[in-house]
Amino acid sequence: MAKITLSKLRHSYLPNPSRPSDYALKEIDLDWTDGGAYALLGPSGCGKSTLLNIISGLLEPSEGQILFDGKDVTKLPPDQRNIAQVFQFPVIYDTMTVYDNLAFPLRNRGRDEATVKERVMAIAEMLEVTDLLDTRAAGLSPDNKQKISMGRGLVREDVNVVMFDEPLTVIDPHLKWKLRSKLKELHQRVKATMIYVTHDQTEALTFADQVVVMQLGEVVQIGTPVELFDRPAHTFVGHFIGSPGMNVLPCELRGGQAYIGAHPVALEGAIRGDGTGTTEIGVRPEFVSLATNGLPAQVTKVSDVGRHTVVECLAEGRRINAIVDGSHNPTKGDAVHLSFQQDQTRLYVDGWLATTPDTQTAKSEPMEVAQ
Amino acid sequence: MKTENQKAWFFVLPVLLLVAFNALIPMMTVVNYSVQETFGDNVFFWQGLDWFQQILRSDRFHAALGRQFMFTFLILIIEIPLGIAIALSMPRKGFWVPVCLVLMALPMLIPWNVVGAMWNIFTLPDIGLLGYVLNHVLGINYDMTQDPVAAWITIVTMDVWHWTSLVVLLSYAGLVSIPDAYYQAAKIDGASNWAVFRFIQLPKMKTVLTIAILLRFMDSFNIYTEPFVLTGGGPGNSTTLLSIDLVKIALGQFDLGPAAAMSLIYFAITLLVSWLFYTVMTKDDQN
Repeated sequence: MAKITLSKLRHSYLPNPSRPSDYALKEIDLDWTDGGAYALLGPSGCGKSTLLNIISGLLEPSEGQILFDGKDVTKLPPDQRNIAQVFQFPVIYDTMTVYDNLAFPLRNRGRDEATVKERVMAIAEMLEVTDLLDTRAAGLSPDNKQKISMGRGLVREDVNVVMFDEPLTVIDPHLKWKLRSKLKELHQRVKATMIYVTHDQTEALTFADQVVVMQLGEVVQIGTPVELFDRPAHTFVGHFIGSPGMNVLPCELRGGQAYIGAHPVALEGAIRGDGTGTTEIGVRPEFVSLATNGLPAQVTKVSDVGRHTVVECLAEGRRINAIVDGSHNPTKGDAVHLSFQQDQTRLYVDGWLATTPDTQTAKSEPMEVAQ
Repeated sequence: MKTENQKAWFFVLPVLLLVAFNALIPMMTVVNYSVQETFGDNVFFWQGLDWFQQILRSDRFHAALGRQFMFTFLILIIEIPLGIAIALSMPRKGFWVPVCLVLMALPMLIPWNVVGAMWNIFTLPDIGLLGYVLNHVLGINYDMTQDPVAAWITIVTMDVWHWTSLVVLLSYAGLVSIPDAYYQAAKIDGASNWAVFRFIQLPKMKTVLTIAILLRFMDSFNIYTEPFVLTGGGPGNSTTLLSIDLVKIALGQFDLGPAAAMSLIYFAITLLVSWLFYTVMTKDDQN
């Protein structure tokens, strides 16, 4: 178990990268504390698997360093880094029994059979596969296969970090949830640093204490699930996390006041900087409500998703989602007014958060958008 | 509504006809010959199982069968490991992949009799490139028309040259289908190269290797053209394999009855050994 430091890490798959777009991974500086549960979240192709392979040693970065507990491991091969990795598709050794599969990493490192047995039994008990130990691994169901590949990672008592590369992709939906909670439980029991790569926000938010959101090879925000939801540092985070994601609406700044079209919108607080650049308002559907006055809009779609209703509206030529509790559902074509909860309405300049919450309004009741 | 009639049989008819004309009927004529004696003029005398007894008890058949098993054994023991080794050392991606594949496929594209003729000329002591170098440059006495050992080395080498590619291409197909994650996981698990071969590559190649072994068994067990062109079964009878002996009996001596009985025995052995191979190699999957 170790603290992991990424220092000025950059990677390009091209031999002579020159432009920033040549880099699959733009400069990354990160510190991951010992024993934490982290998630790398981002869409396909954002560089999260590249980053994972660099940490595991399957890939050598073009620039920068990786440190485990302050020791430079950038040039070390995977087996010398003492890490474990679980892949998207379960990797199991078909011809071996489950027991031999779990014992494989230990036997390769020359542990004696007594130690091997003790560790394998302990891990099998944790994963609830004790009754499968003598069966051939080839015939297992996908979720059990994935459990075994996890087990092979956890069986070594001294692993620095266990990494998961979208491990639930091939698992049936009803087992995903079970395996996810198993994983969380394992993390609490073994206390190893764990890094979980996924494009699925639910997986990331339920597993991790800290989520690293990536886009186009760049880290856009690091934070707890609550922070990511409450104060997205970038419109991408707002849009990517949440269902549906944050409404991002182009706006104009006139005299320190934001306007969507002709309608002024009250923001959570003061604007940092001079506000030049592309300005957008970000507000989550959870904080948009239908009101008697406010931004005029037309309902274009109403979807009942069970717990609540998602109302899709069109205002000033932009689509805005609102989540309402479902007791008074509007119907398609209705003319409505939209109101944004002020302390949850933020300004983004060139994609980045540009407002600081006003301590007075932060705790106040929802305010209507000024007419 | 449930209709019950026998019309479905008509759908099977084309296949039955096809199999009848390309296998059953020719085979039955052989069966017909194997239990009768003929002196021409379409006059036949019933012989029962006499020909079968005669063949099964003949030393000549035993010797040819022994040579045949020896040949097939040598072919399999050389071509399968060699094929796997070449496949393992071939590049997985990049410019050299198509080059290697084409080079590998080339020997298989050459007709059997041409292969035989090529190797015949290649090994002639006075004008063949290999024969000349061995005899006149290196001073090794090598003449496959005189020396049975030289003849055997030549036919085995020729077959290895001609058919190892098949094993290579099949194994290679098995190898490239292994996802990268397996190699990465093995690296992380600290597996040695041998362990990677033993626990990842070999199991993943198993299906194609089963096919490769079966094909190479059947082909080498039934081989005729190449050794016929190369050595004609000589010197003496030292390279007279089963098929060569069979043709000698059938067309040389025109003993149609014994030849027919021998074909059937030959066929039965091929079938039996193929079945044994297949059963043994797929035994694990059934458990």
